[in-house]
Amino acid sequence: MIGGPPLLDVSGLDAWYGDFQALFDISISVGEGEVVAIIGANGAGKSTLLRTIAGLQPRTAGSLTFDGAALAGVPAHRRVALGISLVPEGRRIFPSLSVEENLLVGAQASRPGAWTVAAVLELFPLLGDKRRRGGSQLSGGEQQALAIGRGLMANPRLLLLDEVSLGLAPIIVRRIYEALPAIRAAGTTVVVVEQDIGQALRAADRVYCMLEGRVALEGVPAELDRDQIATAYFGVRA
Amino acid sequence: MTTLDPDRADPTQVDSASSAASTGASPSHVEVERATAASRVGAGLALVAVVVFGSAPLWARTSVLRTLIGFFTLLALATMWNLLAGYAGLVSIGQQAYIGIGAYGLYWLSDSAGLDPFAAVPLAAVVAAVISVPVAVLAFRLRGGYFAIGTWVIAEALRLLVANISQLGGGSGVTVTAVSGYDRQTRIYLTYWLAFTVGVGAVTLTYLLLRRRLGLALTASRDSETSARSLGVDVYRVKLLVYVVAAFGCALAGAVIYLNLLRIQPDAAFSVNWSAFMIFIVVIGGVGTIEGPIVGAILFVVVQETLAQYGAWYLILLGVIAVAIALRARHGLWGLLAERTGISLFPVRRRLKLPAPPTAGGSR
Amino acid sequence: MTTANNLVQGLLLGGLYAMFATGLSLMFGVMRLVNLAHGDFAILAAFLALVIVDGTGLHPLLTLAVAVPAMFVLGYLLQRGLLNFAVGGDGLAAVLVTFGLSIILQNLLLELFSADSRGLDAGAIEDTSLALGRLNVGWFPLLTLVTGAAVLGGLQLLLARTRLGRELRATSDDPQTAQLVGIDHRHAFAVATGLALATVAIAGIFLGTRTTFSPALGPTRLIFAFEAVIIGGLGSLWGTLAGGMVLGVAQTLGAQISPGWGVLTGHLVFLAVLAFRPSGLFGKPVTT
Repeated sequence: MIGGPPLLDVSGLDAWYGDFQALFDISISVGEGEVVAIIGANGAGKSTLLRTIAGLQPRTAGSLTFDGAALAGVPAHRRVALGISLVPEGRRIFPSLSVEENLLVGAQASRPGAWTVAAVLELFPLLGDKRRRGGSQLSGGEQQALAIGRGLMANPRLLLLDEVSLGLAPIIVRRIYEALPAIRAAGTTVVVVEQDIGQALRAADRVYCMLEGRVALEGVPAELDRDQIATAYFGVRA
Repeated sequence: MTTLDPDRADPTQVDSASSAASTGASPSHVEVERATAASRVGAGLALVAVVVFGSAPLWARTSVLRTLIGFFTLLALATMWNLLAGYAGLVSIGQQAYIGIGAYGLYWLSDSAGLDPFAAVPLAAVVAAVISVPVAVLAFRLRGGYFAIGTWVIAEALRLLVANISQLGGGSGVTVTAVSGYDRQTRIYLTYWLAFTVGVGAVTLTYLLLRRRLGLALTASRDSETSARSLGVDVYRVKLLVYVVAAFGCALAGAVIYLNLLRIQPDAAFSVNWSAFMIFIVVIGGVGTIEGPIVGAILFVVVQETLAQYGAWYLILLGVIAVAIALRARHGLWGLLAERTGISLFPVRRRLKLPAPPTAGGSR
Repeated sequence: MTTANNLVQGLLLGGLYAMFATGLSLMFGVMRLVNLAHGDFAILAAFLALVIVDGTGLHPLLTLAVAVPAMFVLGYLLQRGLLNFAVGGDGLAAVLVTFGLSIILQNLLLELFSADSRGLDAGAIEDTSLALGRLNVGWFPLLTLVTGAAVLGGLQLLLARTRLGRELRATSDDPQTAQLVGIDHRHAFAVATGLALATVAIAGIFLGTRTTFSPALGPTRLIFAFEAVIIGGLGSLWGTLAGGMVLGVAQTLGAQISPGWGVLTGHLVFLAVLAFRPSGLFGKPVTT
């Protein structure tokens, strides 16, 4: 569903943790309105990539462009104002804040848009009667919903979801993914990092597979077969 | 020969202790090396310095001797503080408690109990070591910055306690009169040699301690407590030991300082300025290295001698330098030098010497 | 002075100590940073008030209008320009930098103002008292307690009800994730320090009015603030008020027994709390 220039353009990206290089020459692009999935085994660099796009990665090289403008040197909190919102791995709810406060603080960047506390609670009814509860008192699935809701409160143009299925029961995961079409309908572009390959392939328009810090495969889910994916995922060399 | 340094100051390298200890992979091919060419030079220089300064009473004027007494006692104090903070991760602002105990212990043991003052010095340090155990038990309940203030509070409590005890002179203080049995020259020579021994002894003791397993245990604990514990290091016991040693050392230095000054007042003996001196010396010289306190003490004494006439400005200057170094050059002046040249005069690190990799199919 | 009177004096003193402790607690709560120069900033504020009073003849309490915003700005710049680089890690840098600052501040004040004791004269209010039954409660100490409670209460409200408060709490929970929702954590830290210094300025000026002050007085104020926090218990702002009162009472009753034993009694109570109830009287159990 790519029409016009990509919303997010990553080109030749390298990233390091200290002396350890986590990303090698990554090039991906995401068009406005798309749902793109990034899959790969543990340690492939998927989360690092999202963190780099969000601005949390200190040592990088290469080009990152969002809506035509370069992101180099823009601090993470400013990228939220530009329209990039990362829902981090592990949920990372603020324990000192209530559910409602977690959502309110998500709107810190004050971007205009359709997402309000009411709209988020409508999307995730399971949070509805827990508004005043402390953030740390929720179950895993509720916390994930809250984290996504918090990410939406920034009214992002690009929503990055990092491993939302981790540690959750399949039925909860499905419920979370059921919210995706509504998010999409509101005009948000979504990048999903997933270990659950089936879920990723069902939800995405296009998929990238990463292996050991590089892009190993790119394509439309319908056109990729199991062997191709397995090779790219596990790095089985013929 | 490939040389791997297992304990670089890289925060991601957590188990330096285990990698150095587990060289049993192929014992015939791996050597643990400690000395380098530079360290041999360092050992030689140290020997020369010991001889030169050890004989100082023979060639130096009294005023120079007094300055050197100040230097060696500050060196001992700084080395102790470095042991606590740089190696055991215990940032104390209350070591002046033990300086005061050393001073008052000296007074009480010699003037009241009648012991020879020079013999009273080490005994006062033993008293301090004993007192430091319950103090540690209390203080160790606090962490980080609050531990620091806690040690300060304890020192303050001691100061007030002493100031309220009339047998110890109360607020106006006491004078060590027991030394009047010696003539001036003998007294100053003996005091100097005591200071010299304490200073050199502190550095040597620290060096020896760190070369042994305690050193590895400390470095491991400093880098990561949980990992160290999981390797069987009794972190609490190790820290307690270091704290007691530091208390002993500071009391020793304190007793010698006041053996030299003779007049003891609670506000001076228990003053937090002692901590300021220790901290500035170690931070500027280089935390976590043995050479650092030596470099720092030299600098400090030089600055103090030349700028003291300008009042408190020399402390402000040192404070600014210390803050700048704490932020920008974490390993101090010696650290800067060592990073540039790689030299280490008192090596406590262990280097693994591995055999050269096989030529066919090597990684690089 | 009777015991009952001393008890009341101690409770009122607690208000002053709570004011001192608020800023220390705030900085530690938001960024795990213990500011060893905290007390010295209070003294700095007192000298600032002195300068204003000497220059304009203003009543000391009115100098708050200038001193508080000025100290807020100072705190903001201090955090942004210096302390932000000392945050995190093993805490060694923060202790060293703030301790260095303490020494620098004290000696700077010493050079500028000499070691003489100074005082701020608040006029009639210092000498009048309220008669409650057989007790004589000074108006000024009462005002101090009320102000202390107001400062604490105000801060509590700020943290719990305002957007800024949410920002600060979120940043203290998780500075990285805070960035992900659009919070500039460096700015949030700086605001916290600004607030801390603003509150300690109020404390310093009240202190300077109540007693005499000199450049070297900072560290004892830091220690009292710290003791109030620990006695009350970490993590509880109202506990800090209680802790301050316990400390105040211990000091005044101790001084009643023997003049030199006032502050020492406070230290002993602190050590006792540390020995037998380390989490403080009202604090959450400490997990290290």
